[in-house]
Amino acid sequence: MSKKLVHSKRPVPGILPGPAFWPMLLLAMLVLLAPVARADDAAFTAAVSGLAADNFADKSAAVAAIVESRHANARAVLAALLDGKLYLRSADNRVFITDGGETALQLTDPSTLTSAGNGKPDDFQRITTNNGLRKTLRSAIAGFALADPDAGARLAAVKEMTRSLDDESAAMLRGAVDKETDAAVKQAMREALAYVNLASDDAATRLAAVQELRASLNADVYNRLTTLVADDPDEAVRAAAKAVVSSIDSSRRMYSSVETLFFGLSLGSVLVLAAIGLAITFGVMGVINMAHGELMMLGAYCTYFIQAWFPGLTTWSVLIAIPVAFLVSGAVGVAIERGIVRFLYGRPLETLLATFGVSLILQQLVRGYSANNVPVETPAWMAGSLQINDALSLTYNRLYVLLFMVLVFVALQLILRKTSLGLKVRAVAQNRNMARAMGVRTEWVDALTFGLGSGIAGVAGVALSQLANVGPNLGQQYIIDSFMVVVFGGVGNLWGTLVSGLTLGIVNKVLEPWAGAVLAKIFVLIALILFIQRRPRGLFPQKGRAAEG
Amino acid sequence: MRGDSLLARLAGDRGSQLFLGIVLLVGVVVPVLHLVPGDGSALHLSTYTMTLIGKYMTYALLAVAVDLVWGYCGILSLGHAAFFALGGYAMGMYLMRQIGARGVYGNPVLPDFMVFLNWTELPWFWHGFDMFWFACVMVFLAPGLLAFVFGWFAFRSRVTGVYLSIITQALTYALMLAFFRNDMGFGGNNGMTDFKDILGFSINAPGTRVALFVASAVSLLLGYFACRYITLSRAGMVVQAIRDAESRTRFIGYRVEMYKLWIFTFSAMLAGLAGALYVPQVGIINPSEFQPINSIEVVIWVAVGGRGLLYGAVAGAVLVNYAKSYFTAALPEVWLYALGTLFVVVTLFLPRGVVGAVEQLWARRTRAAAATPAPAVSP
Repeated sequence: MSKKLVHSKRPVPGILPGPAFWPMLLLAMLVLLAPVARADDAAFTAAVSGLAADNFADKSAAVAAIVESRHANARAVLAALLDGKLYLRSADNRVFITDGGETALQLTDPSTLTSAGNGKPDDFQRITTNNGLRKTLRSAIAGFALADPDAGARLAAVKEMTRSLDDESAAMLRGAVDKETDAAVKQAMREALAYVNLASDDAATRLAAVQELRASLNADVYNRLTTLVADDPDEAVRAAAKAVVSSIDSSRRMYSSVETLFFGLSLGSVLVLAAIGLAITFGVMGVINMAHGELMMLGAYCTYFIQAWFPGLTTWSVLIAIPVAFLVSGAVGVAIERGIVRFLYGRPLETLLATFGVSLILQQLVRGYSANNVPVETPAWMAGSLQINDALSLTYNRLYVLLFMVLVFVALQLILRKTSLGLKVRAVAQNRNMARAMGVRTEWVDALTFGLGSGIAGVAGVALSQLANVGPNLGQQYIIDSFMVVVFGGVGNLWGTLVSGLTLGIVNKVLEPWAGAVLAKIFVLIALILFIQRRPRGLFPQKGRAAEG
Repeated sequence: MRGDSLLARLAGDRGSQLFLGIVLLVGVVVPVLHLVPGDGSALHLSTYTMTLIGKYMTYALLAVAVDLVWGYCGILSLGHAAFFALGGYAMGMYLMRQIGARGVYGNPVLPDFMVFLNWTELPWFWHGFDMFWFACVMVFLAPGLLAFVFGWFAFRSRVTGVYLSIITQALTYALMLAFFRNDMGFGGNNGMTDFKDILGFSINAPGTRVALFVASAVSLLLGYFACRYITLSRAGMVVQAIRDAESRTRFIGYRVEMYKLWIFTFSAMLAGLAGALYVPQVGIINPSEFQPINSIEVVIWVAVGGRGLLYGAVAGAVLVNYAKSYFTAALPEVWLYALGTLFVVVTLFLPRGVVGAVEQLWARRTRAAAATPAPAVSP
């Protein structure tokens, strides 16, 4: 019995429930559904049998009866009939839903929607439909959707109908629009009706329809309106259409600037993520870590390997990768600090060269032993986009990266402000000798700071793996940009890094449409070079003694 | 010393003498071995080898230019390959114009890539490059002007240390992006190649090759001794004072930014000259020359050889590039490991480079040799 429910062919993503799950679920459903199901069953089953009638008039009547029964499966049965998946068993005149097949038919009982075993194709007869019946079915199915208690489902139904509007669906919308209580659904219905009315012969109706479509951002509507501006025989309609088109134009422009802003923020958040670890090591220790980009690359590879080694975990592998990447990159960072950087304190230019050597070695290591430029799978919850309206949709992965950047920033601020490590880090950054005199073990603090900055780089790498392919050169692309972010924001100032990263991201994206991506980047670089000449210490320079180090 | 001749002063140290000797020897022997023995002879030096050595010499000149600003003035430029490439592009533009109607499309004025892009006339900045003297002026002027403007802003607002390094890197990165664009009119990502002749001589003729080789040797000598002259001059002393204590030098009353600006500009022009000699020998120039890693590699040549020693820079450039040629042919996957390790080892253990370490050993041995008789005397 428990097996019967599992007929869905769709692979179940993510973690499969345990063996006890399905019987439990079935039990729960039976308890909930039993009384309702029993009451409607008789009328419904009779009506379904009526579908097998010889003439289409009787079939139409049966469809009406099924609609009338308000049975939970009514919509599924009608949809099956429309798709030609409803079959009659000649032996006992029983009706089944089936997907068809060459050798054996998988049967589904229409009144319970559970499996009813297999059957030989020869014993069955497809229940046929004609044009008129199909039309009735289509509107009945849409009618179910329009009567759905969930406003979201109704809105989806209206959107679906809008895609292929005909007289039938228009009539149905006309019937539903007055009963509709939800404002958004009502508006969608009115717009759909107005779109139909644009084709009306009556100039007044067209005029009203044009007015109704003032706020629509639908591309079809826009195209239709622009043809009206040129072709409509009526002067008033042409003028109204022209006004509406220009108002739609301006709201489209508004949404496209919102979109640019979003792209800018998204790019900016990537820059901030890439730069913020650098800001810590550069700001606190005065050390240039040219291997920073490669630490990001390692973080991105952590995501890749977790997915490659545990393919069942695709849904959560990105989340698992975050701490793993932090630890891996952090450990490599501590190793770099202990092995190389600590011997070079006070010689920043040498540190720059030595860490560049490290970056070459890390790149080559990865190039030699693993896949190059591999895509990392995006989990389902990060795929797709948030459709705000016809003119504006925000992709979830960029949205999450933005959110993630904020989280990392807040976490970092908390670490630096609220923990004892943070206190020591700030003390060493402000005055190394004095901190030492107060008993702070600066050697330890240096190693941990470097580890923290490197770990953040790894975490940034996880985020980057969601936006681009993972390869040995992943880090290199960001290293110059992230240096510019740090220097622009002012060394040793996390807020400065945040502001400068987001600013640079937005400026880049604003320039892009009219300058092209490459030229925009060149402009930004030149502007930054000039800016640093004017204010060598960045947007938010450190003040007081710390600035002299 | 004051009364000595200029040459005696410039070549007064053992390193410079050695350098002068080797370059003169190579500059004479290599062309002779290339031209005189027949192809089958064991003594014959192939065109490839001569071109390779010529390439090393242009690299050495670039290294000397970097050493002048880094080793003597403390300015770590991570963008010197940009000046090198600009010089190279100036020469490349001349060579492109010399192709004339022999290009694939046969246009007498427009280079092939412009015809390909459907351009109908020469952009304004290409005018004049059909004249050799003009190209030669631009070889110095283009990098020099860029360095002057860049330095004018940077040094006056006292951008120093790693900040300066980072913005020089950003500069070369921006130039790389720009030169990769087809619309810029410099051949886009394909750059310029397929050169036919220079000053009327076929660029592939043995005589032209030898002439280019000798020109590289002479330029290296001139560049080296010009830098040597600067470092020995009074201004050179101030420059070294700036390297060691910038604020103190400023407080004494020297205009630090002016010294920095002039030495930076001079160095950029030297790098441009190196690029101009490089392009006809290797036969191509493209935007990848602007890659930030190229500039950093130049710095590592200098670091390996020994910064603050001009002949050290030359030695470093030749050593690292010879290693690169060897590794990329024999063990290509090992080269980047080797280069990376070189960066780390040299900065950690050889602050004055290989040449500096050798000198130190030498000094210790002579001191030890001088000291050994002493204990024998004591009872």
